[in-house]
Amino acid sequence: MRSVLYLLTALAVMGLAFWAYRENYRTQAAISEMSDIQRQIGRLREDLGVLRAEWAYLNRPERLRQLVDLNFERLKLVPFGSDQFVDVGQVAFPAPKAPEPATDPETGADVPVERPAGYPPRRPQESTP
Amino acid sequence: MIRTPLRPLARILRARETGENPDAIEAANRAQRHAVIQERARGSARTRLFFMSCAFALAFGTVGAKMGVLASSQPSEPRVQTTGAQIISQRADITDRHGRVLATNLLTHSLYAHPQQMVEPERAARELVRIFPDLEIERLNKDFSGKRSFVWIKKKISPEQMQAVHDIGEPGLLFGPREMRLYPNGHIAAHILGGATFGKEDVASAEVVGVAGVEKAFDHWLRDPANDGAPLMLSLDLTVQAAMEEVLGNGMKVMNAKGATGILMEIKTGEIVAMASLPDFDPNDRPRPLLKGDPSDSPLFNRAVQGQYELGSTFKIFPVAQAIDLKLVSPTTMINAKAPMKIGKYLINEFRGHNYGTLSVTDIIVKSSNVGTVRVAQLLGADRQRDFLEKLGFFEPTLIEMSEAPTGKPLVPKRWPAVTSATVAFGHGLAASPLHLAAAYATVANGGKRVMPTLIHDRSQRGGEQVLSPEAARIAVQMLRQVVVRGSGRSANVEGYEVAGKTGTADKPRPTGGYYGNKVVSTFASVFPASDPQYVLVLSLDEPSAIGAGGESRTAGATSAPVAAEVIRRVAPLLGLRPSTETQLPMVERPLPDRLKLVSN
Repeated sequence: MRSVLYLLTALAVMGLAFWAYRENYRTQAAISEMSDIQRQIGRLREDLGVLRAEWAYLNRPERLRQLVDLNFERLKLVPFGSDQFVDVGQVAFPAPKAPEPATDPETGADVPVERPAGYPPRRPQESTP
Repeated sequence: MIRTPLRPLARILRARETGENPDAIEAANRAQRHAVIQERARGSARTRLFFMSCAFALAFGTVGAKMGVLASSQPSEPRVQTTGAQIISQRADITDRHGRVLATNLLTHSLYAHPQQMVEPERAARELVRIFPDLEIERLNKDFSGKRSFVWIKKKISPEQMQAVHDIGEPGLLFGPREMRLYPNGHIAAHILGGATFGKEDVASAEVVGVAGVEKAFDHWLRDPANDGAPLMLSLDLTVQAAMEEVLGNGMKVMNAKGATGILMEIKTGEIVAMASLPDFDPNDRPRPLLKGDPSDSPLFNRAVQGQYELGSTFKIFPVAQAIDLKLVSPTTMINAKAPMKIGKYLINEFRGHNYGTLSVTDIIVKSSNVGTVRVAQLLGADRQRDFLEKLGFFEPTLIEMSEAPTGKPLVPKRWPAVTSATVAFGHGLAASPLHLAAAYATVANGGKRVMPTLIHDRSQRGGEQVLSPEAARIAVQMLRQVVVRGSGRSANVEGYEVAGKTGTADKPRPTGGYYGNKVVSTFASVFPASDPQYVLVLSLDEPSAIGAGGESRTAGATSAPVAAEVIRRVAPLLGLRPSTETQLPMVERPLPDRLKLVSN
């Protein structure tokens, strides 16, 4: 009886030692993973800072003004004037086009378009212009 | 234990028989008993002392062991306890009121050398000069071949330059990470932001400290880690600031001015939406201050805050508003404004020798009559006039959050004899910054409640002191509106925005005393829209001259007023102000595709 008890105790001690050993290594792995992630966050924040700085630099008013001047032919952008304040009701909308003739269901556009693998199927509102 | 009696009968009897003193037996027994008690007490004291010394040894041993552990262990960051990411840049960003970046940090590298570790110092020096043409080869050769063990070469280098230095392949050239302050918008708001430089420098990092403007005023706040990287949000609007600087720059060119400044301020809160001073500089590459000559010639000089100008006729509204507040005059009171007027030995004349005769108070402002204003100021008296100007803030530097603010202390005459009181009434003899004028106009337009200019967005402020009754303030704004409708400020009228303002042309004082005959500071101080004042714009041109149809003109009506009109035309829509138009555009019905009308109940 007593020897069985000794055996069980020894087994329990061995089991606990094994468990503690594993826990120790798992904790250390988690800690090093966390510090990796912290470092990664730091790097990403740095990158984010650079991107924000670059965004601000590319959107500086001086450059935007130059771009507007360069593309004046196409865009015809002029400074925002006081005559541009109007209510929605005062804007003339274009007259609606006549409804297009119904498309043939067999050859029409309702056939789902083939998309590359990995893409979700096209939702209906995405295809409306 | 058997207690020994002090006087054991047997021994006493025996002693009596032998004729000895029985008291000696008692004394001996007593002594024996005391010795036992003493022995017991010593034993317990020894035990106590032993435990005490054990406790002390344990306590000091623990402290000593901990000290030993601390001294011998390698320092490392606490990795387990840190919650969340703690990595934030050492200096917070500065943004405008919509969160657009005005100042941020960028990681770069610095370049230094350990000449003792160099393999080919001459080649390294040659290559370095090829990469950085501003370095001198003689100096580098001297540094690299001498006894020095450490040399700084460049404080900030770009990634391309870093790669080029890498490609030299010299082990003695080393890089240290640096955080550098970047102002992505260049010249825009340069005076407000100021600039930053490196403080204490080390190989591993360097301190970034502000040298001027907001960067210096908020240096501690920006570097405080407790803010957790929150940006400093200024009240500026980048778009408005850029538009204003553009218009002001063009206006300065057209009017041949030496300098220009403009301040646009929200009336209700005192927040500065745009503040520009030209010529300006690039805060990324801040020029050195001038060592000799007039500091106001330097581009670093912020005319809006540091400039001390006699602001001329723009001051006339203050005595008039005060006189209306005190019910001494009404807008229709007729005042004798016959020129010239004599005060002591001084003569007060009108502009270009006009003589207006008798004018109503409104017309004094509209026609900008010096004599009329002096008469109104005389009704007030010097003491009341001075008190009012003090309440408007003309005696103290503004409390704006910039390191330059205390240098903008107005030049106020020490004594107020009758002639000083008269000249101050029309804006001569008291030199203040355009920002003071903007704050004072904002106070008048804010229903007489004192407005404090600020650069910080959404800072809760106590309501200002009431320095003028709302009624008098309303009348004053209406008078200013009349100036633009039919007076000297006609060229500042902007359709739809009901500009109300006052021109001011002041001769520049000579440094040697007296005034220049052909150099002026022309100012236009305005409030818009007049029916519900929202913004104050003060615009000042230094030494302008406009060539118009009638020849050369330096008056504010011909120089700063049209520029101010252009600023308002550009900026008011950007601020979201809708023009008030008399003719409404017709409403257009939207044709619906199915010809149905939607009805809302």
